[in-house]
Amino acid sequence: MRFTFDGRELHGEPGDTLAAALLRNGVRVVGHSVDLGRPRGVFSAGSEEPNALVRVGADPMLAATTVELYDGLEAWSLRGKGRVSLDDVDERRCDKGYLHCDVLVVGGGPAGLAAASAAGRAGARVILVDEQPRLGGDLLNSRLLLDGAPALDWVDALDLPGRVLTRTTAVGYYDHNYVVAVERRERGDRLWHLRARRVVLATGAHERSLAFPGNDRPGVMLASAARTYANRYGVRPGSRAVVLACADSGYEAARDLRASGVEVAAIVDPRPEGLEPGTLAGHVVTGTTADTEGVLTGVFVRDLAGRDDRLIEADLLAVAGGWNPAVHLFSQSQGRVTFDGHLQAFVPDVPAQAQRSAGACRGLYGTREAIADGHAAGAEAAALALGTTVAADGFRVPGCDEPALRPPAALWHVESTSPEPAFADLHRDVTVADLARATGAGMRSVEHVKRYTTAGTGADQGKTSGAVVVGVMSALLGAVPGQVGTTTFRPPYTPVPFATLAGRDRGALSDPVRTTAMHDSHVARGAVFEDVGQWKRPRYFPLDGESMEAAVLRECRAARTSVAAMDASTLGKIDIRGADAGEFLDRVYTNMFSTLAVGACRYGLLCRADGMVFDDGTTTRLADDRYLMTTTTGNAAAVLDWLEEWRQTEWPGLDVSFTSVTDHWATVVVAGPRARQVVAAVAPDAVDLAFMRYAPADVLGVPGRVFRISFSGELAYEVNVPWAYGRALWEAVLELGGVPYGTETMHVLRAEKGFAIVGQETDGTVTPHDLGMSWIVSPRKPDFVGKRSYSRPDTARTDRKRLVGLLPDDPAFLVEEGAQLVNAGGPMLGHVTSSYASDVLGRTFALALAREVAPGDRLTAVSGGAAHGVTVVDPVFYDKENARRDGDPLEGAPPPYAGEVRAESPAAAFAARFERAGGQAVTLREVPFEPMWEVRGDDPGVGLRLGPSWWLVTGDATPRPGWVDVSGQRTVLELSGPSAEDVLITGCPLDLHPSVFPGHAQTLLGRTSVVLERREPGRYRVYVRSSFARYLAEWLLDAIDAL
Amino acid sequence: MLLIECPHCGPRDENEFHYGGQAGIAYPTGEVTDAEWAAYVFLRDNPKGWFRERWFHVHGCRTWFAAERHTVTHEIRTLP
Repeated sequence: MRFTFDGRELHGEPGDTLAAALLRNGVRVVGHSVDLGRPRGVFSAGSEEPNALVRVGADPMLAATTVELYDGLEAWSLRGKGRVSLDDVDERRCDKGYLHCDVLVVGGGPAGLAAASAAGRAGARVILVDEQPRLGGDLLNSRLLLDGAPALDWVDALDLPGRVLTRTTAVGYYDHNYVVAVERRERGDRLWHLRARRVVLATGAHERSLAFPGNDRPGVMLASAARTYANRYGVRPGSRAVVLACADSGYEAARDLRASGVEVAAIVDPRPEGLEPGTLAGHVVTGTTADTEGVLTGVFVRDLAGRDDRLIEADLLAVAGGWNPAVHLFSQSQGRVTFDGHLQAFVPDVPAQAQRSAGACRGLYGTREAIADGHAAGAEAAALALGTTVAADGFRVPGCDEPALRPPAALWHVESTSPEPAFADLHRDVTVADLARATGAGMRSVEHVKRYTTAGTGADQGKTSGAVVVGVMSALLGAVPGQVGTTTFRPPYTPVPFATLAGRDRGALSDPVRTTAMHDSHVARGAVFEDVGQWKRPRYFPLDGESMEAAVLRECRAARTSVAAMDASTLGKIDIRGADAGEFLDRVYTNMFSTLAVGACRYGLLCRADGMVFDDGTTTRLADDRYLMTTTTGNAAAVLDWLEEWRQTEWPGLDVSFTSVTDHWATVVVAGPRARQVVAAVAPDAVDLAFMRYAPADVLGVPGRVFRISFSGELAYEVNVPWAYGRALWEAVLELGGVPYGTETMHVLRAEKGFAIVGQETDGTVTPHDLGMSWIVSPRKPDFVGKRSYSRPDTARTDRKRLVGLLPDDPAFLVEEGAQLVNAGGPMLGHVTSSYASDVLGRTFALALAREVAPGDRLTAVSGGAAHGVTVVDPVFYDKENARRDGDPLEGAPPPYAGEVRAESPAAAFAARFERAGGQAVTLREVPFEPMWEVRGDDPGVGLRLGPSWWLVTGDATPRPGWVDVSGQRTVLELSGPSAEDVLITGCPLDLHPSVFPGHAQTLLGRTSVVLERREPGRYRVYVRSSFARYLAEWLLDAIDAL
Repeated sequence: MLLIECPHCGPRDENEFHYGGQAGIAYPTGEVTDAEWAAYVFLRDNPKGWFRERWFHVHGCRTWFAAERHTVTHEIRTLP
C-alpha cells in the first residue's frame, strides 16, 4: 500500500496502522511537541497515543496509532495540535443509530469476548463493541498460546451472539446505562446511542511510563507497544533495545522483541530481582542520549545505590512502567475508584449503575483469569437483565502457560542530575519541574495541578500520563497516590469530531423547517422568508427587485386602501371541547369566555401564575361545548402544553379536552376595505359575517370556516380550509386581487393600531395592565391564572413600564428596536420594542415600554453611539375610533371563483423522489388521503391508542359526536422493506424489537414528533404533522441514501 | 440521557419529556398573603437527595406524572 507522509512516498502493508507503517519505513520523528517543539516519535500502539499526532485529509489531528492505513493515504506531521482547514471539504457522511440490548459488552479482548459469549448463551440480547478492526484485544498483540494454539484461533471459534461492532469506541457512559460509541466507517463515522439493561466493561488496561530525563525521545516507547509492533505488524521498532521492566510485562516484551530479531542489550528492573539471568536488577534509567535529529542513541542506567553508572547504546527503550486499568468509562458512569497498593493503580471500587467491570480493567491482567472473570460477568449480567439465575453453560476457560505476575515497582520518577527535562505528560509538555512548581505554589488538589500545568488536558486526556502525574505529585507532597486521587474522567474517551456528533443533522436537516400548504406558491412568488419558531413565513413579497422597505409600504397600502392577503396558517389552533370547556377558559384567560355566544369570537390574554402575559389570540365558541382557540405562531406548542398542565395537574375534574388542529387547517387572511369582494367570490355564505363572528362555510366548494377577526384594524376575514386546499385557496384569493403580504407588513399594520405582539412588546415581565389592557382583566371572575399576582406590591405599583407610542423628531428616522429611552441625563426609563416606517402615517413611529412618562414628554432614544429625540404619544396611531373595521360595502355581485380548485397532499411534491429512492432494501411512499379523527374519552374500539383516553382513528369509520376531524393534521408516510428498521434506528430512540415494541407509539423520529405504527414486520407507517412532512420526507430520503 | 419510566408508555429517553419542576405544589385557594402567594409562584425546594418532581411526556402520550429522582445519582422511581 502506498501512502505519503509529509509528501514523502512510502509503502506499508495491509492491516498496518499509520504508526506501524511509519516505523516499518524507519520514520522515527513523527512530529514535534506542542510547547517545546521537541521531536517526538511513536510512543504507544493505541488510542492512548500522546506523541504521534498527524493530519490526514480533513481530519486535523489524529493519533497515527489509530489510523488504519489505506492506499493513497496522505498524512502530515503536526506540532502538537492540529488546525481545521476551512478549505478542506469533508465528503464523508456521518450518521447515528439507536440500539438497545440486555447486555452491552465494551471491549473485545479475552474478558469481553467471554462475557459476550456467556451472555448470549444465557439468551440475552447482546451488543459487543470494540475499538479494533478485529476482535481479540491484547491477544492480537501477543504470541500467547491458548490450548496450545494461537490465541486468535480461540477467538475465531467463539460463537458470538447479537451485534458485534468492531472499529467502534465507546466514548461516553451516561445516566441509566446510556453508552455512546463511535463506529469508524470509510463513508463517515456512525454515532451509536446504546441503551443496555446491564453493561459489562472489559476495557483492558493501559501501560504507563515513568518520568526520567529525556523520556520523550523518539525511540522511547511503551514496552507493550514495542511488542505489538513486533508481534502483530511484523515491524521491528528498533534494532537494539533496552527494556525498562518496572513490571513483569517488560520481560514478555523483551522475549517477543528478541523473537522478532531485535537485539535486547539490557533489561533494567528497579526491583531487587530480575526474572532473567543478566537482568540489571535494582537499576533504573537516568537519562538518554540522542543524535542530531533527537532520536534515541543511548540509555543511561544506574543502580539504585548510585554506584554502577553506565551508558548503553540503544535505538529503542521499551518502558514497562506498570499498568493502569482503563477505568475511564467506569468513572464516567459515576463509579468510584480506589487505589490498589499491590497493583500500584486505581481500580474500580463501587459501581453507580447496573454495570460490572471484568478482566484487566479491574486489575485482573492474566489471560485465563480475565476470561474466567469475563465469563462470570457476562453470565451474571444476562441473568440480572432477564431475571433468571446463572446456569452452567459448559464454557471452559482455555489453558495457557502464563507466569504469575509480581507487583510492579512503585516508581514514578527517577531523580537525576541530568539537565534534560523529565516529562510527566508528553502531549502537553508537562515536566516534573512543572509539577514541582505547582505543588511549590501551594496546590494540593490534583484538579488544581491539572489546570495549572495543563497535564492531562491533551487530546489523549492523559491516558499514559495521569498515573505518572499522580505518582509524582504524591512524592512531592509526601503522600500516597490513593490520597492524591485522580482527576475526573470525562467523556469523550477519545476525541470525537463535531461532524460525527452532527451526523445527518446538517444543512437543511439541522433543524426541522415547518412549511404551510402554500409554501411552494410563496417560493414561486419570490417571497423573502423569516423564521418564526421552526416555521418559514413569508416576510414580504418583493416585486421586480423591490427593497423590503418599498415592498412593505406597498403591501401596507394595499391592506389599508384595497385588499391584501396573508398566509396565517402558522397560528396555533386548538380545538377545546367538553361540558366544562367554558369554565376552563374562564380559569386560564384573564377575561370571560363561558358567556361568549355560540358563533362569536373574543380576544384573550393568557398569563402565567406570576401575572405576566404569556400568549394571546382569539377564541371562538363553535358550539355550546366546543371552542377554537388560536395562539401565536411561536407559542402554539407551549400553550397546548400549558393547557394540559392545568387540566391534568390542577383541575382533573373538569370535562374538557384539547386537540391541536393547527396543521389540519390552512388559513388565509383577507384584509382591506375591499375584502368583501374577494370573500364573496370564495366563500359567499360568509360575506355578511359581523365583526368578531364566525360561521362554518363552504369555501371554494369545500367545507371550511370563516372568522371575521382583524389584526390590522381593516375589514378582515380569516378563511380556513383543510390543508389540502390551502394552496388552491391562496391562489384564488390572489387571483381575485388580493395583494400578498408578509409578516413585516402584518407587524406594521398592527403597530399602527397599537396592538402588542407577544414576544416583541412582552418579555415575560409585562402584565396586561402594563400593555394598557386593563379592560381585558375581568374584575368579576372569582379567579384566573395570574389574578392574585396583580395585587402583589410589585405588580401593583404605579411606576411600572407601560406601553406607549413614540414619534421620532425626524419623521424619516427609524429608531432602532431595543434603543434605550432616557430623559435628558436622567436614568433609563424604558426601551423601544417596535419601530417602523408607516405608509398611512407618512412617517416613522415606534412602540415602547417606558415608566413614568406621559403623552407629550420628550425623550431621547439611544442605541449604539446614536441618540435621537422622540415624543411620547398614545400607542394607537391610526383609526382610534375603529371606524375602518367594516370596510367598503359589497359592489355588485361578484361571481363565484371559477378557477381550478385542486387538492394537494403535503408530500405530493416528493412522489417522484420517493419512487426513485425505492429499491430492494426499502421503499417509501405517501399513503393516499384517508380521513382521520382524534377521539377523547371512551374507547372507540378502533384506531391507535395514543395515550390515556386518547385515540387516533383512521380510514373507513363513521365519526361519532365529539370526534375531532384531523384529516389534514397528519401526513402518513409508509416505509417498508427488509431495511426499514435500519432507516428508523438512525432517528428513532425506541427499541423496535418485536418483544418490546407494542406495535405503535408516539415518539421522535429525526427531530420531529411522530406516531410510528408497525403494520407488519418490515412495514411501518409514520404519521407526521403536515407542516413537518417535507422535513421528514427529506430526512427519510437522506437516511435511505445513507444506508 | 435519563431513561424515564412513563406510567403509560414505559421507559423512554429524557428528550421525549418536558420537566415540570417540583411536584405537589398545590394551587392556593381562598385568601392568601403576599408571602404565601410568592412562595407558591417562586419558591421551590432544591434538595440533595430524593426529589419529587413532575414530568410531561410531551412527545408521547402527553401525560403529566410525578416521579422521584435522586438529585445526586439520578436514580428515578415512578410514583403511584
